[in-house]
Amino acid sequence: MPDSLDPRVGRLGLSGESGPLEAPALDQWQNYEVFQQRRRGEQHVHVGALHAPNAELALLLAKEQFGRREQCASLWVVRSADIHASAYEDADMFQHAFDKSYREGSGYRVKDTIETFKAQLDALLLQPEVPAAQPEPAAPPVPPAGTDAWKVYRLPDAGKGPRKVFVKR
Amino acid sequence: MTVAAIKDLLYRLADDALILGHRNSEWIGMGPILEEDIAFASMAQDEVGHALCYYQLLQELGEPEPDQAAFARSAEQFRCCHLVELPIGDYAFSLVRHYLFDMADMVRLRRLSESRYRHLAELARKLAREEKYHQMHARTFLQQLGRAGGEAQARLQAALDEAYPVAFSLFEPTLHSATLAQEGVQPLEDQLMKEWRQEVDPFLRSCGLLLPDPGDITEHFGGRGGRHTPHLAPLLAEMTEVFAIDPAAKW
Repeated sequence: MPDSLDPRVGRLGLSGESGPLEAPALDQWQNYEVFQQRRRGEQHVHVGALHAPNAELALLLAKEQFGRREQCASLWVVRSADIHASAYEDADMFQHAFDKSYREGSGYRVKDTIETFKAQLDALLLQPEVPAAQPEPAAPPVPPAGTDAWKVYRLPDAGKGPRKVFVKR
Repeated sequence: MTVAAIKDLLYRLADDALILGHRNSEWIGMGPILEEDIAFASMAQDEVGHALCYYQLLQELGEPEPDQAAFARSAEQFRCCHLVELPIGDYAFSLVRHYLFDMADMVRLRRLSESRYRHLAELARKLAREEKYHQMHARTFLQQLGRAGGEAQARLQAALDEAYPVAFSLFEPTLHSATLAQEGVQPLEDQLMKEWRQEVDPFLRSCGLLLPDPGDITEHFGGRGGRHTPHLAPLLAEMTEVFAIDPAAKW
């Protein structure tokens, strides 16, 4: 018996011999990981873990632990022991040796075009309805064809973005 | 007319929910495992919330405001049944009582949602949604513990032997029961008891439990008329302790 002031070590009842410590099956309830889906169609997101003797009770208890404080459409529970994880010692395999930012989602050039377009659209929509004394080419609202519930705006050049936008009033 | 009868019914519903909610909240911090502690406390809080809804209906009918109704009445003025007054016992007893009570609640709310007293019918439909989890919780625990055999099953059986006969106090008729049935507010207590037994008896057997003989069920009657077990007064003393310091305080 190792001498320890830590009561948790005392409770373990270690024999002092080396080798793996094996707890008897179901001496404790198992750990379950809980995944919550806020709205149907969205992905389930990991929200935490809990103790339960089996999946049915894990779901039952998960409802009060995780489904109580916010919107919830569905819960998943998975035995923590059934999750296979990569080791942190191997985390260096996720690092690129060379610049491969083109592989990253944020590396796409179209993102700039979209951002520019959004900014210009916002600027247009914030303009007064009838801009007073504006220079000619500065995109006066073109009357819609057919319906008058729509306004058509011409956008200045913005990369490969659309040139016209229809805005419902 | 029926206002007196409706008030009688509402006080019974409200007091049952409040007292059981308070009783079950005694498990907070002492539940068998953290997750179940939280779940049980949450359901206890639900019951207190249901009591508040009933007290609010009573206030609309000219009764005192909910805080006064909950905290400023004596034990004799309470209309709760004996089942909800009993101490929490061991966890098996609290679970079995929670099952018996919530199934009775389900049966009653099902009928009340068709009540001719529209305010109550609307409320019953709302409360039934929250009760769904309560029933699921009670059923799952009873099923799994009952079928587990051994100590779990033995303790459940002992709890059932104690709680089952007292549970009939939920259906103690009052002077107003006939009026309530005639006016279409809710069926007779006898009818509700039958519907409750149809749900509860086969289920308990399916959990591997033996149904105790309820014996003379009227033995546990009295709560609806203000005659309570010796357990209610100490509970009220504790529950109203803070309120009693300054009943006029604004919260």
